[in-house]
Amino acid sequence: MFTPGADGVNAPVGETDDDLIQLLTPDGERVHHQSYSPRVDHLDRVALEGLYRDMVLVRRFDTEATSLQRHGELGLWPPSLGQEAAQIGSGRAMAPRDYAFPSYRELGVVWTRGVDLRSTLHLFRGEDHGGWDPNEHNCHLYTLVIGSHALHATGYAMGVQRDGDVGTGDPGRDRAVVAYFGDGATAQGDISEALTFASVNDAPVVFFCQNNHWAISEPTQRQSRVPLYHRGRGFGVPSVRVDGNDVLASYAVTAEALERARSGGGPTFIEAVTYRMGAHTTSDDPTRYRTRADEEAWRRRDPIDRLRILLEREGTPPEFFTGLENEAEEFGAEIRDYCHAIPAPPIERIFEDVYATEQAQISSDRAWLTEYLAGFEEAAS
Amino acid sequence: MNEQSVSSQEQGTQRITLGKAINLGLRRAMERDPKVLLMGEDIGPLGGVFRVTDGLQKDFGSDRVVDTPLAESGIVGTAIGLALAGYRPVCEIQFDGFIFPAYDQITTQLAKMHYRSRGKSQVPVVIRVPYGGGIGAVEHHSESPEALFAHTAGLRVITPATPADAFTMIQQAIASPDPVLFFEPKARYWDKADVDVTAADQVLDAPGDVRAVVARAGTDVTIAAYGPSVTTALRAATAAESEGTSIEVIDLRSISPIDIPAVAESVRKTGRLVVVHEAPTFLGAGAEIAARISEECFYHLEAPVLRVGGFHTPYPVSKLEEEYLPNLDRVLHAVDSVLQH
Repeated sequence: MFTPGADGVNAPVGETDDDLIQLLTPDGERVHHQSYSPRVDHLDRVALEGLYRDMVLVRRFDTEATSLQRHGELGLWPPSLGQEAAQIGSGRAMAPRDYAFPSYRELGVVWTRGVDLRSTLHLFRGEDHGGWDPNEHNCHLYTLVIGSHALHATGYAMGVQRDGDVGTGDPGRDRAVVAYFGDGATAQGDISEALTFASVNDAPVVFFCQNNHWAISEPTQRQSRVPLYHRGRGFGVPSVRVDGNDVLASYAVTAEALERARSGGGPTFIEAVTYRMGAHTTSDDPTRYRTRADEEAWRRRDPIDRLRILLEREGTPPEFFTGLENEAEEFGAEIRDYCHAIPAPPIERIFEDVYATEQAQISSDRAWLTEYLAGFEEAAS
Repeated sequence: MNEQSVSSQEQGTQRITLGKAINLGLRRAMERDPKVLLMGEDIGPLGGVFRVTDGLQKDFGSDRVVDTPLAESGIVGTAIGLALAGYRPVCEIQFDGFIFPAYDQITTQLAKMHYRSRGKSQVPVVIRVPYGGGIGAVEHHSESPEALFAHTAGLRVITPATPADAFTMIQQAIASPDPVLFFEPKARYWDKADVDVTAADQVLDAPGDVRAVVARAGTDVTIAAYGPSVTTALRAATAAESEGTSIEVIDLRSISPIDIPAVAESVRKTGRLVVVHEAPTFLGAGAEIAARISEECFYHLEAPVLRVGGFHTPYPVSKLEEEYLPNLDRVLHAVDSVLQH
């Protein structure tokens, strides 16, 4: 078990083996939690409508992108369908000064970082390996190799420590880092090494693990014999399990972890229990490894539906929902138009930015290709 | 501590070992730029297993000379994050054979970060690697894996052969905006030479390709070598001179990129080329040089390009390493062979 520090400040609240932090049930009922409910008290109806809008628009984008892949406009798409609450809740808990390291299914996270979601299309259309400026959004590019970026997040957090931006008590200065990864990633050595480095350095980093139950076709039981949030404890990292389909709880536990990190309390491991309602990617076929009954059971725990029930009960007028539906439709149309208009990259892109400075081998290869292509032009003229 | 006083003590030319030259180069880089930090296993109070970081933690503190957990992927992975946060980490990998846990981070992440971000994310990480054999070590402590990294675009791979180059090149590596694999010829750590420890700053203004140098001029045969093999090549040149053969020795200094124009210029003069390195010749740097020289100097060549290097075996037990390494006799044998054409 995790041993809290002498003063107890590092102990996460509500940490017992069977505890799943939940503030909003699938039926839209609020649940009171002594420690975490106060973390969402300040979210008034307008703020909750904002979280709802986030989730609806991100899902609309995701649905549209999946459709674009089916029409041959994208080479691949990894649907985030079903994981909106975990991503929006944790992402909205971050401050602009914090820094996110997403994996490749983090559409909701990059939305909260102010990234134009359309820029995620470039990667999957084969036009760019990235798509946005990480420094502009304090949001690193998608990392496609599972778990590698947890180390980058930890190293970045070690940089934040060296900048002196931890534990000053100044909310305009203190900052933290969030590493996003999934259940499959917890089996990677880099995740263990990241937890080790973060722990021994008290690095201000939050490990946000979305347990969506499936690493392509392998269930979480193929990755771990213990609940994933127990992993963190073995490294001396306070760990907590949250209902990842509950946007309020996801917000609350991340807010608490970020506060601990920014104040110098070190890392936290969060397991957000959610479900990948779609395929791993558009190349996947979930009918080969899971049942329709399973999918149906999770559909009843949809993260968006439960917040809608709450909003309706707490007085959000019907016009809000119809207005949002119209906004989402327009959003979808814009996505299609934008995707169709992405130009093919110029051939010179092959050689650009391999190095920050001129490099002889690149120059030589570029010169060869230029001359080779010029030969065709001469032959044609 | 008073950094100024340390610096002033070390002005001018000193007779120092290659290991000490790297130590002084690291110190200079850390004095120049507060963002430079060192990380690795046992590099703090111990000063590294080869003592290359001796005294640096005492003078710069444990936030800048960081004893890391024993996890190479973690070292390089967190160095990438530190670089993204604006730092210039210099990682020490304890021995060549221990770099492979970090191979994924180096080739998949570090090498590609600048490219995949289209220049938005620079990762000026230096990875120092003591490499090569000849010290009677146990398994995994004598390898030469440089070609594995040179084969990956996005990395620069350089290796000094002399104390003076070691002092300068480590500072060039740290100043480079690109990631650099800095291979240190561990068998030469104790070689001494005069080093002008005030000489380095001007070369830092133009970080980019490290060029080859002519270590010894000659007219009959060119030997291209790097790192620990440069000394062997120079000994071969001395031995051949007594038999009336004039050998030109090129110290390549960089394996990615390889300074092919420098080798070609020499070969156009001599017509004969022998490439020497400790790494296995199969698909090694010598194979690339032979291919490029046959393309570019075909009508100047009087003989096929020969390679002298390791065999396509794991590094053997140390009792046999003298027969495995490109020793003086094997280099002279290759020189004789190209002269017989």
